[in-house]
Order: sequence, then structure tokens, then C-alpha cells
Amino acid sequence: MLLGPSGSGKTTTLKLINGLLRVSEGRVAVDGRDISDWEITRLRRHIGYAIQDVGLFPHYTVEKNVTLVPRLERWEETRIRRRVQEVLQMVGLPVEEFAQRYPDELSGGQRQRVGLARALAADPPILLMDEPFGALDPLTRAELQREFKQLQQRLRKTVVFVTHDVGEALLLGDRIALMESGRLHGVYTPQEFVDSRDPLVQRYLEAFRAAQQVFETRR
Amino acid sequence: MLEFFVAHKREIATLTGEHLWLVGISVILAVAIGMPLGILLTRRPGWKTVVLGSNSVVQTIPGLALFGLLLPLPWLGARADRLAIVALTLYALLPIIQNTYVGISEVAAPVREAALAMGLTNRQLLWQVELPLAANTIVAGVRVATVFAIGLATIAAAIGAGGLGEFIFRGLAMVNNNVILAGAIPAALMALIADGLLALLQHKLTRVHR
Repeated sequence: MLLGPSGSGKTTTLKLINGLLRVSEGRVAVDGRDISDWEITRLRRHIGYAIQDVGLFPHYTVEKNVTLVPRLERWEETRIRRRVQEVLQMVGLPVEEFAQRYPDELSGGQRQRVGLARALAADPPILLMDEPFGALDPLTRAELQREFKQLQQRLRKTVVFVTHDVGEALLLGDRIALMESGRLHGVYTPQEFVDSRDPLVQRYLEAFRAAQQVFETRR
Repeated sequence: MLEFFVAHKREIATLTGEHLWLVGISVILAVAIGMPLGILLTRRPGWKTVVLGSNSVVQTIPGLALFGLLLPLPWLGARADRLAIVALTLYALLPIIQNTYVGISEVAAPVREAALAMGLTNRQLLWQVELPLAANTIVAGVRVATVFAIGLATIAAAIGAGGLGEFIFRGLAMVNNNVILAGAIPAALMALIADGLLALLQHKLTRVHR
């Protein structure tokens, strides 16, 4: 989990990993290989990508959106068909009902599910996610977070997940990388994060508790 | 008037054919040149001022003046229809370049970002995402260019390039409304029909690729 305020470099870090941005110094390695040694399109098809704005192709059906990378990779037609079924089921969208719809016929939560299905379609070992649930209403967000956690327990992918939500980081993360003004402040397990005496971590936890207190006092 | 039309139906048909040919070739050339230029501008925004600017300058030259200006040029001036096609193409270019550029620029940033992140090459991004999504706007530009070229092509008769303008100029000289209308009505109909057909194409493209 990359956690930090707006402008702290979370999204930039993410885009450095799949080469949407290039490093000015230092190096980025994926699977132990410097990304400049990868052919860029190969690298990107090896990494799933899901973002807050989803970025579905508005002129493609759900099915065509989801099968984009498998088609680029020239999978066989029968394998593609099977994969659409699998992957839409994984994200909780019945194929018969959704495969032929266009993005503008979906709700925000459904669109985000399709975005996730598209990122998973070619079964990439790595997933980059940039506040994928950030624009959803609280109920839908909680539902998708829970489902994603279950999915991840099954799939065991390497996920780099950007969020500014402490609760989300604690819920979904194995490790939390706290970022501040373009620097990595520290890396913690959720338990270490909660126990940390670090002043910056403390500020995050205070803000998180303050929100919970509002809830507790009203009970 | 009807009698006049019937009596001259063969000549009307010939001139309509010439008119259609002048406009058709010009619009096809303008699309063939304008679309790649529009695409180029989305990749090299720095060239925008030069390309769109120089084209706007052409647009400000009155049609008749442009025909006259091109007349003394060696290869161009040799044949009237050749000259007319070049002039019409120049006029038709701007809406096509501009709409291609605008249509592609309006593709939402997250869509483009996702496309690249999925591992589409630049070429695939253009053909599978940008052009289909810009198709509506591009065809709208072609519509404007076509209707405009049909009107402007009537002036081509002034330099002897033929087309329905022949009737109009002859009628003006003879002070005969029937003769003027024999040129004006088919030209107007042609503009309406061309616009309608292109609107249909536009509609079809948007329905397929919302």
C-alpha cells in the first residue's frame, strides 16, 4: 500500500513501475529486471492496471474491454471466451447480463468492477491500482474492498495499491509504505503502523481515530 | 421554368456530373491530406499554430480571388479543372484538420492512459481508440467541408472549370432567372443530399462506437 497525501508521489511511483513515466535518476526493476531492459508493451501487458477513473473504452462492450489484453496477446478464441466468464464472475458480474453492455450503461461500482476484470484478464502476476475505489459511495466502496480482499487471498498477486485512506491501507495492506513530499517515509506492517510512535504516523492515526470518535459519540 | 429544365436536362446532367467530380475529388484529397495532418498535430502540438494559422489565412481569401491568384501559376494554371480542384481542396482542408485534431484531443485522458497501460502501441492507440472515438467529430468536419465545397465550386465556372456555375454565370449575363436557377437548384439539392448522406454515416459511426 502506498499511503500519503495528495502530491506526495504515490501515483508517480505507480506510473514509474509500468513506464508511463520515466525515471530521471535511479532505477526501477520488475521481476528483477530493469524496466529499460523490458520491451515496454510486454512489460505493460505483464502488469494489470486499475485506476479511479477506470478508463474503460466507451466504444467497446464490457466483453471487448475485458478481453483487450488477451486479444493483444493473441490468445485463442475459446480460451478468451472461457476467461471472460471466469474473470467477470470473479468481480461479481453475471456474464449473460453484463458482457454486451457498454460502459455508459453501468453504475460507478459496476464500471470499477469491469476495470478490475480488465486488469486481471490476462492473469498478470502484478497489479497496479490507483485509488480504484476512491470515487465510489461508501457502501459500494466497502463492498468492493471486502470482495477485493477475498479475491486477493485467492489470487495472491503482487499488488501495488495507492490510497490516501488509512482504513483502506490497514484493511487491505500487507505492508504500508508511507510517503511524504515525494519521499518514502517508512514501511510498516499494519500492526507496526498502528503501534508506531513516529509523529507522522501518529498524525494519520489521530485523524483516523477522530473520524471514528464522531461515530462512537453518536451511538 | 419546368419546361426550361426539361429542355436542358442533358446539359444539366452533364454540368451536375462535372460539379460532383470537382467536389468529390477535392473532398477526397482534403480528407487524405487533412486527417494525417490533424493526427500529426495531436502528436506535435507545437505545429498547431503554423498549420491551422496558414490554413485560416487561405480561408480568408475570397473564393474568386483565390482562383484568380492561382491562375498565373505554371502547372496549375494550365488546366482550369486542375486549378479548381486545388483551390477547393485548400478550402476544404481547414474543417477536416481542425475536427480531426479536436476529436482526438477530446478522447478522455484516463481512456488514453488506460490504453497505454494495457500495453497498446501508439499505432493501436490511434486505430483502436482515438480514431473510432473521434469519428463523429471528423465526419462532422467532412460534412462542413463538403457542403462548403459544393457552394464554392459554382464559382469555378468563372475560370472555365465547368460545373453548375456555368448556368449561374450565363444566367447572370443574360439576366435570365430560369438559367440561373438551372444551376442554383441542382447545386442546392446536391448540398442537401450530400449533407444528409454524411449525417447518416455520422449517425451510424456513433451508434456502433458510442
